[in-house]
Amino acid sequence: MRREPPQRLVDYGPLVFPAGMLTVFFVVPFATMIAVSFFQRQQGGFYTPAFVFDNYARFLSLFFGKVLGFSLFLAIAVAVACVVVGIPFTYLLSRSKRNVQIVWLVALLSILSLSEVMIGFAWSTLFSRTAGITNLLVWLGLMEQALALTPSFTAVMTAMTYQAFPYTILVLYPALVRLDPTLTEAARTLGASPVKAFFTVVVPVLRNTILATLIMVFIFALGSYLLPQLLGRPQHWTLSVLITDQAIYQSNMPFAAAMAVFLVLVSLALVGLAFYAGRQKEAK
Amino acid sequence: MTALRRLFFFIVSLFLALPLIVVAGVSVNQRQSLTFPPQGFSLAWYGQIFTNPEWRNALIASLTLAALSALLALLIALPLAWFLWRRIAPWANIFQLLGIAPFTLPPVITALGMLTFWATTGFYGQPWTAVISHGIFFVTLPLVTLSLGFSAIDRSLVEAAATMGADDKMVFRTVVLPLILPYLISGYAFAFVLSLNEYIVAYMTVGFTMETLPIKIFNALRYGYTPTMASVTMLFLVVAAVVFGLVARFGDLPKLLGAMSEDK
Repeated sequence: MRREPPQRLVDYGPLVFPAGMLTVFFVVPFATMIAVSFFQRQQGGFYTPAFVFDNYARFLSLFFGKVLGFSLFLAIAVAVACVVVGIPFTYLLSRSKRNVQIVWLVALLSILSLSEVMIGFAWSTLFSRTAGITNLLVWLGLMEQALALTPSFTAVMTAMTYQAFPYTILVLYPALVRLDPTLTEAARTLGASPVKAFFTVVVPVLRNTILATLIMVFIFALGSYLLPQLLGRPQHWTLSVLITDQAIYQSNMPFAAAMAVFLVLVSLALVGLAFYAGRQKEAK
Repeated sequence: MTALRRLFFFIVSLFLALPLIVVAGVSVNQRQSLTFPPQGFSLAWYGQIFTNPEWRNALIASLTLAALSALLALLIALPLAWFLWRRIAPWANIFQLLGIAPFTLPPVITALGMLTFWATTGFYGQPWTAVISHGIFFVTLPLVTLSLGFSAIDRSLVEAAATMGADDKMVFRTVVLPLILPYLISGYAFAFVLSLNEYIVAYMTVGFTMETLPIKIFNALRYGYTPTMASVTMLFLVVAAVVFGLVARFGDLPKLLGAMSEDK
C-alpha cells in the first residue's frame, strides 16, 4: 500500500476530526485573541468590539520598555547559562553507557515535567531562612546566621536555569548522540587532548545546533511566568507575568491580548531563525 | 579526565537534586513548619493528600483532566499522523504545524487565546473546557511520537498485506496498530504527565471554578505554607519518574527522544 494522493472525498475522512478540532480550538481562539487586541476597553473589565491601536500604543511607555528589556535580558541569560553547561554535559552523556543515559533521561524528563509551581516552591524552600541552604553554610561555619535569599534576581535566575536545563539537554541530545565519534577520535589520534578536541572539533561542528538550541531555550525561558512572581520582586516580572496580571487581575483583556500578540511575533521570528539555522546545518 | 568528568556530573546532579532533597525533607516533617533538616518523621502530609477533602478533590480533578485531555490529544493526533503517512497531501502538513505550534510558543499565549475564546463563546469556567484546552495544548506530544512511529514502519509489510487483499481498515488493525502501539502509549504518557503538572492554561480556563493540584498549590502558597505542598510535589515527581521509567523499560527512550527533538 504505497503512499498516494487522496482520490475520493471519503479518503479525506480521517482528517475531518483533527483538522476540525485544531481549527475550532486553536486557530479560532488565536484569531479571537488577535481581534480582542484591537478592541476598546470599557470600565469594569468589559470590552467592546472596535478597531483601535490604543493597546499597542501602550507599548511605547517607559514601563513597558523596561519590562520587555528585562524579559529579553533574563531569557538570554538563562539560555546562555543552560547552553554553556548543557553542551559539555550532553556531550559526555551521549558518550556514556546506554543504561546511564536512560537513567539520566528519565530523571531529566521527570524534572522537566515538574510543574512550574512546584519548582518555584522547591526553590523558595531552598532559599528560605528556616529550611534553606544558608543553614547548611551556618552548620559548616561559613556563615554567621541563616538568611532568606529571596526575593532576588539571583533566585529568579537560578530557578529559571533549573527549569530550562533539562529542556536544553533534551534539545541538544539528538544532535550530540548522532555526532560521528570518529571526528573526535581522529583529533585524539593526532594528539589533541580531550578538552582541546571538544573545543576545536565538537563545538565548531555543532555551531548551528548551538545557535538553534540557544533560540529554543530563549523562547522556553520567555514563557516562564510563575518563577519571577514567586521568587522575584515586581521589578523582576517578565512579559508573561504582565500578560497574566493584565488578563486576570486588572481585567484588561485587550491590553493583555496585544502583549500576547507581540510575544507571538517575537517568538515566531525566533523560531524561524532557529529553523533557518537548522536548515543551514543540513545543507552542509 | 574521568575524575573531572565525575565531578562535573556530580555538580550537575547536585544542582538538580538539591531543591528536591529539601522538599523531600520538609515533606516528612512532623510539625507544620518549614524546617530543614526535618524535625521528627511523619508521613501524615502524604496522607493529607488523600484524606483532606480539598487536596483530594484537587487530586481527582487533576487526574481526570490529565486522563481525558491526553486521550483527546491522542484522538486528534492518531488520524492526522496516519493520514500524513498514508497520503501524499502536502497542504495537510499545515495541520501538523498547527499541532506543534501551541507547544512551541510560550504557554501564556495558548492560555490567553483559550481564555478569550471561552469567554467569548460563553463557556468560560466549565470543567470540560479545560479538557479541550489541554487536549489541544498537548497534541504536539502524541503527534511527534506517532509521526516517528509511522516513519519507522516498513512499508513492504503494509504492501504485503494489501497484496493479500486487506483493505485500509484491516491493514490498520492488523499491521499498523500493533507496530505503532508503543508510540501511542508513550505519546499518551507524555501528554498525561505534562497535563497533570500544567498550570497556566488550566488556571486561565477553569482557575476560578475548579482547582487542579498545581492551582491548589499556587493558591495555598499565597496564604503561607503547608507541608502538603511538599508531599504533593514528591508524589508528582514519583509519578513522572515511574511513567517515564516504564516508557524506558518497554520502549526505546533514547530513540524516542533522539527523534522527538529533531522533528521540532
